Amino acid sequence: MNKINLIIQREYTTRVKKKSFIIMTLLTPVLLAALIFIPGYLVTKEDNQTKVIAVIDKTNITQGAIPQTDYMKFEYVTGAEVETIKNNFDKSGYYAILYIPENVLVSSKVQLYSNQQTTVGVNEHIVKALDGFFTNIKLKNENVPLDIMQRIATNINVDTIQWTSTGEEKSGSAEIVLFIGYISGFLMYMFIFMFGAQVMRGVMEEKSNRIVEVIISSIKPFQLMMGKVVGIALVGLTQFVIWIALTFGIFYGTKYVLLEKSDSKPTTSVTANIMEKGNTGMAQAANTGKYEEMFKEISGKFSAVNFPLIIGCFLFFFIGGYLLYASLFASVGSAVDNDTDTQQFMLPITIPILLGLFVMMNAMQSPNSSIAVIFSLIPLTSPIVMMARVPYGVPYWQLGLSAFLLIITFMGTIWMAGKIYRTGILMYGKKVNYRELWKWLKYKN
Amino acid sequence: MNNFLTASNVVKQFANHLALDKVSIDVPEGSIFGLLGPNGAGKTTLIRIITQITAPDEGEVLFRGKKMTMEDVYHIGYLPEERGLYKKMKVGEQALYLVQLKGMSRTDGLKKLKYWFEKFEIQSWWDKKVEELSKGMAQKVQFIVTVLHDPKLLIFDEPFTGFDPINTNLVKNEILRLRDNGATIVFSTHIMASVEEICDHIALINKGKTILDGNIDQIRARFKPDTYELKFKGDAQTLRRALDSGIEILEEPTRGDVGHLILKQQRRMPVREMVTAINSTVDIISFEEVIPSMNDIFIRAVEGTNHQQ
Repeated sequence: MNKINLIIQREYTTRVKKKSFIIMTLLTPVLLAALIFIPGYLVTKEDNQTKVIAVIDKTNITQGAIPQTDYMKFEYVTGAEVETIKNNFDKSGYYAILYIPENVLVSSKVQLYSNQQTTVGVNEHIVKALDGFFTNIKLKNENVPLDIMQRIATNINVDTIQWTSTGEEKSGSAEIVLFIGYISGFLMYMFIFMFGAQVMRGVMEEKSNRIVEVIISSIKPFQLMMGKVVGIALVGLTQFVIWIALTFGIFYGTKYVLLEKSDSKPTTSVTANIMEKGNTGMAQAANTGKYEEMFKEISGKFSAVNFPLIIGCFLFFFIGGYLLYASLFASVGSAVDNDTDTQQFMLPITIPILLGLFVMMNAMQSPNSSIAVIFSLIPLTSPIVMMARVPYGVPYWQLGLSAFLLIITFMGTIWMAGKIYRTGILMYGKKVNYRELWKWLKYKN
Repeated sequence: MNNFLTASNVVKQFANHLALDKVSIDVPEGSIFGLLGPNGAGKTTLIRIITQITAPDEGEVLFRGKKMTMEDVYHIGYLPEERGLYKKMKVGEQALYLVQLKGMSRTDGLKKLKYWFEKFEIQSWWDKKVEELSKGMAQKVQFIVTVLHDPKLLIFDEPFTGFDPINTNLVKNEILRLRDNGATIVFSTHIMASVEEICDHIALINKGKTILDGNIDQIRARFKPDTYELKFKGDAQTLRRALDSGIEILEEPTRGDVGHLILKQQRRMPVREMVTAINSTVDIISFEEVIPSMNDIFIRAVEGTNHQQ
């Protein structure tokens, strides 16, 4: 037992101390968060370059309908045609020409001319302003009173409420559940593949370094294999725990920076700001409000998610799925002499993992379809597929059955891998095929 | 027999061939035992069975009179033929790891490693990565790791490959010193000169069978061809006539002024009579019995069994 600990320790520390591990562990959550936040942030954020847009308004009623911002100015040009401005475009300094035709109320179309692709920010700003403006005009033309217009403005949000067998009601959000199912399923796929392949590479390294016989003269081959498998599993778990901690850390950190800081300002100064700076101040106040709402909404939705169950399931299915695949990977690593020989044995291992990934994509949309249920019970695919189903809630008997089958299977693959490994690591310079592996399985010792 | 290490009637069958066919060896305590044989004879398989890496199909291995178990491997220091180190790991760290696997505590291991590194004058390698070492340098580290935990039984599979003559000598002396300190040593090699120099006993294996074993001097005596090498001054013709009866001249290597003959003794003629006969005709410079080299014995024994089949 003492010896196995030594092996585990070496496998663990040499990997955890690697620069690539440290960088990946720390950077991935940051990158993930950036991937979610940055595109949204960039789109809504205006360019800091002032753009002047010429407006040719054939209706003559939109003056002031499009608000100016810090970086977007709208200049009404009367009596000019698009062609005339176009001809002098470079000298005029305009960014674009907005053409509002006379029949806009009927056609609902305006044109934005420019010599470059206009940004999404500009387009959205114009659409948003004109949408409201022309809707109001139409309503007015239909003689709808102003107070009714304000009262009928609606913004529908769906709160999904799920009741459990105990009759308790939980409100949740379909998107969040989908999102968590996807993330955890994908993470499972990545972990099993990544750390499984690490086991294989580790075994091959020991074999090609010729150190393996030195080691198994003091420890049984099976102990060496299991030490490696367990050591690398601990590396994976370490990474997972750090990622979870960092993700929550980043979420609450961002929340603090965006909310607490602006909250600390007294309300009066915010109002004063609005007075002084007009639009800008208003935008700022609106931003703070928007963030607050966003976070409230996100935390509200996440609070309905059963994180302890999901994390618990993830840990269990990761360990189970990993043991299953890592032992297969270990036996492949032991059977071959170099990377190129791994191909023929990798295929049958890769296919079920990929199948699991594809079924997972389906399962996160319809978690209780028969395909999703069956594949979340089959041990080769269950870790990945089950993770996509867990956030939706899975009957306990299915979780139990899936776990039971997984345990039985990984015990079987470990036993099998141990036999192949024992013979394989001492076999050099021999092209190994499946028939050969079958023979190794039958060797007594 | 109450030997230190005994393998009796060991059989190991691999898928397509019989690697060991009832091989028995007896290794007396405190001796250096040479395990010889051509490539593919089954030496490494036998060593792996002794070190408990694989199990025999039949037969058993006794260590100090008892059946060898996994516990006994901590009394074995084994330097395999296929040996290496983790390339990315530092030399000192790795040596410490390997001796800890042999059951030494960290502090003991560290102390002893320091001692051996100083002895081999390689202290400066401690923090180097293994990939920075040459093959011979890595071999030295492996040798140290093998003997560090003072094993009762040392098994070296081709210990001298990869060493230059200076280091070969260093290792050879170290092996002899270990034997003098009470260790029993089994080693397999192709270098027959080193067998003559350091082995007390040998076993020669060919095609999974022991074809020769025992004390090295007795074996060499057994293979004596009853020939003698004579160097003399005087007239070769007279000598020839005098040797006419009972002695056959096998070869006559000519080398300068000194007469040189290889003689074969016939009809069990006593050596004293041979010498008298020679002495009466020429001046003897030297007269000695030809003892076959291990190289000759190896080739003769192996070819002998190959022809039988």
